[in-house]
Amino acid sequence: MTDPPERVRVTGPPRRQPPVRRASDIDAGTNLGGVYMRSLLREQLRLAIGVLAVMGLTIGLLPLAFHLAPGLSGVRVLGMPLGWLLLGVLVYPALVGLGWAYVRRAERNERDFAELLSETER
Amino acid sequence: MSPGLDAAPGIVAIAFVTVATLAIGTWGLRFSRTTSDFFVASRSVHPRLNASAIGGEYLSAASFLGVAGLVLLNGADMLWYPVGWTAGYLVLLVLVAAPLRRSGAYTLPDFAEARLGSRGVRAACSVLVVAIGWLYLLPQFQGAGLTLRSAVGAPTWLGPVIVGVVVLANVTSGGMRSITFVQAFQYWLKLTALLVPAAVLLVVWAGDSSPPASGAGGWSVPLASGGPSGLYVTYSLIIATFLGTMGLPHVVVRFYTNPDGRAARRTTLVVLVLLGLFYLLPPVYGALGRIYAPELAVSGRSDALVLELPRIMVDGLLGEVLTGLVTAGAFAAFLSTSSGLSIAVAGVLSQDVTGRSRRLGGVAAFRLAAVVAVTVPCVVALLAPNLGVARAVGLAFAMAAATFCPLLLLGIWWRGLTPYGAVAGLVVGGLTSAVAIAWTVGVADPDGWVDALMGQPAAWTVPLALATMVSVSLLTRDSVPAHADRFLVRLHTPETLELDRG
Repeated sequence: MTDPPERVRVTGPPRRQPPVRRASDIDAGTNLGGVYMRSLLREQLRLAIGVLAVMGLTIGLLPLAFHLAPGLSGVRVLGMPLGWLLLGVLVYPALVGLGWAYVRRAERNERDFAELLSETER
Repeated sequence: MSPGLDAAPGIVAIAFVTVATLAIGTWGLRFSRTTSDFFVASRSVHPRLNASAIGGEYLSAASFLGVAGLVLLNGADMLWYPVGWTAGYLVLLVLVAAPLRRSGAYTLPDFAEARLGSRGVRAACSVLVVAIGWLYLLPQFQGAGLTLRSAVGAPTWLGPVIVGVVVLANVTSGGMRSITFVQAFQYWLKLTALLVPAAVLLVVWAGDSSPPASGAGGWSVPLASGGPSGLYVTYSLIIATFLGTMGLPHVVVRFYTNPDGRAARRTTLVVLVLLGLFYLLPPVYGALGRIYAPELAVSGRSDALVLELPRIMVDGLLGEVLTGLVTAGAFAAFLSTSSGLSIAVAGVLSQDVTGRSRRLGGVAAFRLAAVVAVTVPCVVALLAPNLGVARAVGLAFAMAAATFCPLLLLGIWWRGLTPYGAVAGLVVGGLTSAVAIAWTVGVADPDGWVDALMGQPAAWTVPLALATMVSVSLLTRDSVPAHADRFLVRLHTPETLELDRG
């Protein structure tokens, strides 16, 4: 025991935890990473199916409606037959509106996911 | 019509479009340097430019000429074509756009191989891309022949040859990068070429004390005739167009040119706006044609309605100028869609066929493949009978819906897809579609349930292919690719996150 003990710098405990990157869970393929990924996929798929359901229940039901109620084809709105007004004009703003709503929500889902991954643990 | 003074506006219009296309293509060359430029414009195209290019490429002869002609013939049920072609982009936006871009692949076969790690799936996809691409190119070339005959009185073979040569010149010289500028220009050209004449014709119609179109014969009913089978045909058309868009080779290639997944979504949204704007116009021609040119429907020349209506309704110089404008738009439609499809088919051919040769470099292999991709459908167009522009395109959509739609949906959203399941589904969807197409081409006068099922096959082929893919995948559960989870991370996580994407 001739050697002097190695010098050690004495410091206090770290005041702040370094941020725990949850991304490493996804990279390592842990159960927790799987949970994060499944939640992102579920959110995005639910959103997509919701948008498609709205489209299916509005535009998609038009042929059935005109089949079950043939009288609808004789209806004129603003001087146009109803079928023409719906399919020739109104469909397009409706599709653009659905697309716009989807893009907003999908980007928000991704932002939430990114925040979840970079949040610091307390 | 004999070639003469009447032909002047048409000749000027076609010459203008041809020269402008080649000039913009050449100008775009300055930016085209690498193999990546050739295939995907090096993935740096701004959403607005890219959306114009997608719109320009997507609005084909079927949109420009076919829809108005079909509406003139059959009435409101044909409005489902443009509605479906637009709604298809919404389906693509919500289910496919961003993940497809993030997959980082050049073509559909690239995506399949990267996702499933199998050369067999790749080969099946390559065959299907070429089949769908050629099926879609055929009516473009035939429509070009029709346009030239109607506008200039030229022989029918001249149109396909001119389109083929111009497309080849542009595709082989500049590839994707220069084509992007050409396509964007052609969207706005096509919109103007329909919008201005439509406005003038509506003014003429209003000055004529607005005679109403006759609603006789179910013309204002948005359903195919024939009771239950008509309902089936309408729904099957909806399925084919809503789901087929995502599987068209030239549509998918465009997504790889976006910088990232977020830009891919925004691009698609702008495309929805551009398509909605454009598709307001063809039905106007159909309705006015019903009033002023019903004889076109009787004589079986309904596809030429858009080209002939201005001259029928407006006399003198104005009529000639408007005719020149719609002719220019129609020609732009053939050029842009044919270019996009040729690039997609040539991309696949050059990777899987000509690129295998050791002696050819990347760009040389692409050029050789482009020659093959354009020549084959051009020759077939000269020999084969005319199916009607929109109907032939409809069959291409049905085939895309029954093959690539299930592959993309399951590949993107379900980790359990296996290579065996994918191949089985592609084979089932591809073969049933091919049988239906052969039946439709073979039967001259469709009537009754069997012809309805074969003429609009998507309502049964799509579920069949999807079910095959799922059930075979479940049976071969052991062969789920080891990297499936990692690949889903790549497809769905935003690029800003630092993750291991395999």
